[in-house]
Amino acid sequence: MSKFFATPVRDASTAVADYFVPANAPFSCLVKKGESVRIVDLEGQQAVDTLFYRADDFSERYSSQDTLRVQGSAYVSTGTKLISSEGNLMLTVTADTCGRHDTSAGACSCEANTVRFGHQVKYLHACRENFVIEVMKHGMSKRDVVPNINFFMNVPVEPSGELAIVDGISGPGDYVELKAEMDVLLVISNCPQINNPCNGFNPTPIQVLVFAGEEG
Amino acid sequence: MTVTEDTLLFIEENKRRYAELKAAGQKHAPKALPGPTPRDGSPIPEGAVLHAETIPGGWYWSTPLKAGEALRIRLPHGPAAVSMIAWAAGDKSERLNYADTVKVQWTSALGKGRVLFSDMGRVMFSLIEDTTGFHDALVGGSTAASNRARYGEKALRNTRDNFILAAGKLGYDKRDIPPALTFFAPVRTDADGVFHWLEGKRQTGDFVDLRAEMDLVVALSNCPHPLDPEPDYAPPAVEAIRFRAPAPAADDLCRTATIEAVRGFENNAR
Repeated sequence: MSKFFATPVRDASTAVADYFVPANAPFSCLVKKGESVRIVDLEGQQAVDTLFYRADDFSERYSSQDTLRVQGSAYVSTGTKLISSEGNLMLTVTADTCGRHDTSAGACSCEANTVRFGHQVKYLHACRENFVIEVMKHGMSKRDVVPNINFFMNVPVEPSGELAIVDGISGPGDYVELKAEMDVLLVISNCPQINNPCNGFNPTPIQVLVFAGEEG
Repeated sequence: MTVTEDTLLFIEENKRRYAELKAAGQKHAPKALPGPTPRDGSPIPEGAVLHAETIPGGWYWSTPLKAGEALRIRLPHGPAAVSMIAWAAGDKSERLNYADTVKVQWTSALGKGRVLFSDMGRVMFSLIEDTTGFHDALVGGSTAASNRARYGEKALRNTRDNFILAAGKLGYDKRDIPPALTFFAPVRTDADGVFHWLEGKRQTGDFVDLRAEMDLVVALSNCPHPLDPEPDYAPPAVEAIRFRAPAPAADDLCRTATIEAVRGFENNAR
């Protein structure tokens, strides 16, 4: 798989914030306009389900469909512009050592899992549980949880329209870096799914780094 | 991190199970699905029509739809694209979820025999008739920005604003608007994942019949799809007909064609 580095590559030790997100856990933080956020897949093959909200108006949020439309392609990588529900540019992907991220398949939920894998898997921790817990800390509710972007998740969309989550291609230490084009609230579910290959059936921790803007 | 022997066994077991589910979903289910409905097929039964509406080009419409009723969306005046969102009646937080719909059924190619899921693992609609098999689940409808990019600086109606208006009139707000599905929008990806518009996949007289599987509130928008290469903004009127659908038989196609649909309907029944 080809690599998608953009230059210059930042030195992790210059990050202004450094968060460790355990396997299966939710997470959120603010990223200011001009700052960059790096999401690191520490052990490889971990899906990182991510949503963004405009920091001063949560009713404006990440829109997977607007993002797909604007880039004209089903996959996310360096150069992809993440678009909001109001048509505004939220973040730009500026570096990507993995090369393949999904924004078509959304998050796992207890309820959808029963349909996909059988009713016996209902009581397993799922991404939407993480999202609901995390957005409610910010005064939002389930209705604010929309189809998200899945960093490091591999969902080929075939010319026939067929799609399926297949083995991730990210290795230990692979990362994606995004520059915030507006102040955003970043919300992550570090996916606990164990019924499909999005994280190799074995959820692992990730790291989130925030870098200051170039103009200070 | 060292992975224990037990974890490795657990991973292997889940991997095998997923491969089986994927094979069943992708290899077997499509063979159980029929081809498109003939354009002159499936007339609406005598006396079953509850309401018929003509939605002018560029406009929107919303309707309640009770479980067992169906909505026929038809193109009597030429190719058009109709975007749709929907909510559970009485609980607007449960709504149409395109991501679950495509992921659960292993395909973004929706057509006769498929179902549309809410975000709560329940079936909202059955696609009981469909003359094209070419609809867009991924890209969504037009916006003011996409219209500007396609047609220049003209005041033209768009699907995003239409859904804001429909939601507003229902007492909902922007936060309640889910991503849309668009009927009669022949969008597919190539081998690199790039979206393409497949010309010639829809004609005058095409229709879809959506049977409501729970009490719903539905909003439609009749605007050109943002990937439609037609240079002029000239959406023709479309027809929306609400009618009493025949009761599903025990072997109803949409309820039995895939194991995912079977489990979805089990969730509906709980």
